[in-house]
Amino acid sequence: MTELPRLPAAGGCRETPILKQRGQREVFCGLTGIIWLHRKMQDAFFLVIGSRTCAHLLQSAAGVMIFAEPRFGTAILEETDLAGLADAQDELDKVVDELLARRPDIKQLFLVGSCPSEVIKLDLAKAAERMTQRHAPSVRVLNFSGSGIETTFTQGEDACLASMVPVLPDDDQRQLLLVGALPDVVEEQAIGLLEAMGIGPIKVLPAPRASDDLGVGSGTVYALTQPFLGDTHDALTRRGARHLPAPFPFGEEGTTAWLAAIATEFGVSPELFEKVTAAPRARARKAIGQAAEVLHNKSVFFFPDSQLEIPLARFLTRECGMQAIEVSAPFIHKGIVGPDLDLLAEGPTISEGQDVDKQLDRAKDARPDLTVCGLGLANPLEAEGLATKWAIELVFTPVHFYEQAGDLAGLFSRPLRRHSLLKLEAAE
Amino acid sequence: MKLTVWTYEGPPHVGAMRVATGMTGLHYVLHAPQGDTYADLLFTMIERRNHRPPVTYTTFQARDLGADTANLFKTAAQDAYDRFKPEAIIVGASCTAELIQDDPGGMAETMGLPVPVIPLELPSYQRKENFGADETFFQIVKALAKPMDRTKQITANLIGPTALGFRHRDDIQEVTALLSDMGISVNVVAPMTSSPSDIARMGAAHFNVLMYPETAESAARWMERELGQSYTKIVPIGVGATRDFVNEMAALTGVAPYMDETRLRLPWYSKSVDSTYLTGKRVFVFGDGSHVLAAARVAQDEMGFEVVGMGCYNREMARPVRAKAKEMGLEATITDDYLEVERVIEALQPEMILGTQMERHIGKRLGIPCAVISAPVHVQDFPARYSPQMGIEGANVLFDTWVHPLVMGLEEHLLHMFRDDFEFHDAAGPSHHGGHAPAASVEGGPAPQPAASPRDISSQEKITGSDVIWLDDAEKELKKIPFFVRGKARRNTENYAAERGVAQISIDTLYEAKAHYAR
Repeated sequence: MTELPRLPAAGGCRETPILKQRGQREVFCGLTGIIWLHRKMQDAFFLVIGSRTCAHLLQSAAGVMIFAEPRFGTAILEETDLAGLADAQDELDKVVDELLARRPDIKQLFLVGSCPSEVIKLDLAKAAERMTQRHAPSVRVLNFSGSGIETTFTQGEDACLASMVPVLPDDDQRQLLLVGALPDVVEEQAIGLLEAMGIGPIKVLPAPRASDDLGVGSGTVYALTQPFLGDTHDALTRRGARHLPAPFPFGEEGTTAWLAAIATEFGVSPELFEKVTAAPRARARKAIGQAAEVLHNKSVFFFPDSQLEIPLARFLTRECGMQAIEVSAPFIHKGIVGPDLDLLAEGPTISEGQDVDKQLDRAKDARPDLTVCGLGLANPLEAEGLATKWAIELVFTPVHFYEQAGDLAGLFSRPLRRHSLLKLEAAE
Repeated sequence: MKLTVWTYEGPPHVGAMRVATGMTGLHYVLHAPQGDTYADLLFTMIERRNHRPPVTYTTFQARDLGADTANLFKTAAQDAYDRFKPEAIIVGASCTAELIQDDPGGMAETMGLPVPVIPLELPSYQRKENFGADETFFQIVKALAKPMDRTKQITANLIGPTALGFRHRDDIQEVTALLSDMGISVNVVAPMTSSPSDIARMGAAHFNVLMYPETAESAARWMERELGQSYTKIVPIGVGATRDFVNEMAALTGVAPYMDETRLRLPWYSKSVDSTYLTGKRVFVFGDGSHVLAAARVAQDEMGFEVVGMGCYNREMARPVRAKAKEMGLEATITDDYLEVERVIEALQPEMILGTQMERHIGKRLGIPCAVISAPVHVQDFPARYSPQMGIEGANVLFDTWVHPLVMGLEEHLLHMFRDDFEFHDAAGPSHHGGHAPAASVEGGPAPQPAASPRDISSQEKITGSDVIWLDDAEKELKKIPFFVRGKARRNTENYAAERGVAQISIDTLYEAKAHYAR
């Protein structure tokens, strides 16, 4: 097999004590995931049962996508629903009947729980069951929670995918399942590489359409393409499928390690693996080398946001020559990001959760060359002279696997290049 | 339960944030679940503010609900005071915190913080963003402003501007200039630019200029009652309204009316011959009530457009908007359902929309040019350049921004004359727009595909103009008409046919209708 990534001599971060502070968390809730999921699943509709705040979040977080045709909407709870004057379940039936009558193209309907629906304990599982019977076989109705009291940002995708696993048909055939909503172009590249190694059949969760023939069972092995899929991981394990732990496929090294874990499982010969990956690996290294020039020896500070922070810190420190000061994630699932933590050299503070004011104090003291953070913090930090990379772009942009490795490095180098390009002072 | 795709207004606590973020020295402690912090990005990204909004969220999670969310609130409030040392604090709950009934106002009052603590009751399941801003500003004024001696010179407070407001930053400057030309100084501008100690000295002004009734009318009424300050009722958007505003101030203060017109260009631009092509352009006006009332007047009286429909999304302004519509011979559309607005626009087939970013969205789908006149707005509506809506420069800005989306004078004629030119065809759109021309609704053109439109999920029947049938030849002839007048031609012809009981439209019907409607 092609040489595997070497572990840091001084040890990785898996056993590093984790800094946990409690205070204001500057994060999105899981509803945000709907913004990309509804584009990925083309026959699905996401109906949030929530408040005006939920609807406002979706359109504000989707900001630049305001002109897209949404396959999502919000059933806004009103005073009468809360006061029990109207039976919320009946009301919901009415809204869904209306929706499905107008959109016969919908094959999967997700009832998405929110903070208010959770607090008033509106039973969406019961509603989904009732509606599935009522609208079978043309529509499958599922439910998950994207509420802020239970999920942060990308966890919404996890909750959505986890809700799909129990209803997948049993299928015990030997198969590889790739788990995570990736841009189509990236997904096709991954499948192309794996098929070239003779691995198959390969299935994907989420499938673009409900009718796609996807089952799961004891013959299934699965690889996660995103580090935030903890519940989906557990749900698949319960269905008898087996996880292939690996670093995440960011950068040349991450992609190679991720592919290698699968190739090993499927008994691919080292020669074949080398043959399939040699050219794209070389391209990826070259592209990273060009994009990462300005990143060498620069420091980076991660605020918790997309949950991609640990694998990205691994990529930036090992392949782009950056130094991590603090790497924080909304939550840390060592069963999933353990291999990335092993590769991340000891040194940075690893933190979970957030007290945003205290963390801002740390960032301002450290004055990192680049700060990766959410949209609410980016401009205020820029105004203090700190270059930032807003993290939401990392989930909206194709960044996985070899051909995107250079683009990924470019996302981080662009703010630094811009800082050095702008000359806004007088010439003298 | 109400199905919503896009919303015109956010929840009321976002209105409170707009007040707090516009001010200095004020802090907002908001009892809210994790995730509600998304609202920060409205200010830091859309408005490009370089500071975080002065808001501390308690960001409670599910595990806190069984434990002690009340204590979490107290800790957050104390930490916020210790860290930011504000002159005053406002406290309240977002929609979820309202349900758990922790009473943030009551708790904050018992904490003995050494600054005024102003509790807010903003019912999230009944009211919306504008109410939230109006109520918050009212509560702040009520708590802090006191009667006091008037300033020796005549002064006024400018009230209503908030963070995230449509052109509020520039309107302040323009209105200040109008006052200054009459020798009237500004005492306090609030909420935007003011601190709690500025609010405390609002009583020194002789009167209030109510710039935005949506966000400051309650405060204006309270100050009239308690501080004896009258307030202006005219919003100075457009030339006529600005003149009326100057006269209104003169009447309030006894100062002679004066307006420096050296910078005023709208009247001449509108009279100049190149503007002839604007005559009778059919426009639909939609937005918040105040901006719609002003825009309808400007559209009809100062641009020479024909207003074919108007409405507002804030029910608080329904009455004056209905009255204005009636005066113009129209029925107002009062709704916050964007799908309904889209249906009305589709049925009316206007040549231009004066609306919000939502109508820009609708216009893009229907191939109708749109200029933005009201919130809600997006990042491109916070321009770097000076671009007010009010006063003299505001009138100039209106002329430019409303004309910009249209195909201009002679270009329009050329499109009529050479409609089959392979490059210079109607679908190419106005030449000054480059690749961003509004898409025409022609086959094979770049028009958005209506198949999966969200309008399909709406509850009401689509409005169809008529049941008459277009014969093939007439349909072909109709397509030769440039896209920007095609909607009007189709509609006029169908009305003409329907009125005469003609079931099928031929080429003759088309031209008979054209002759009938000729102006």
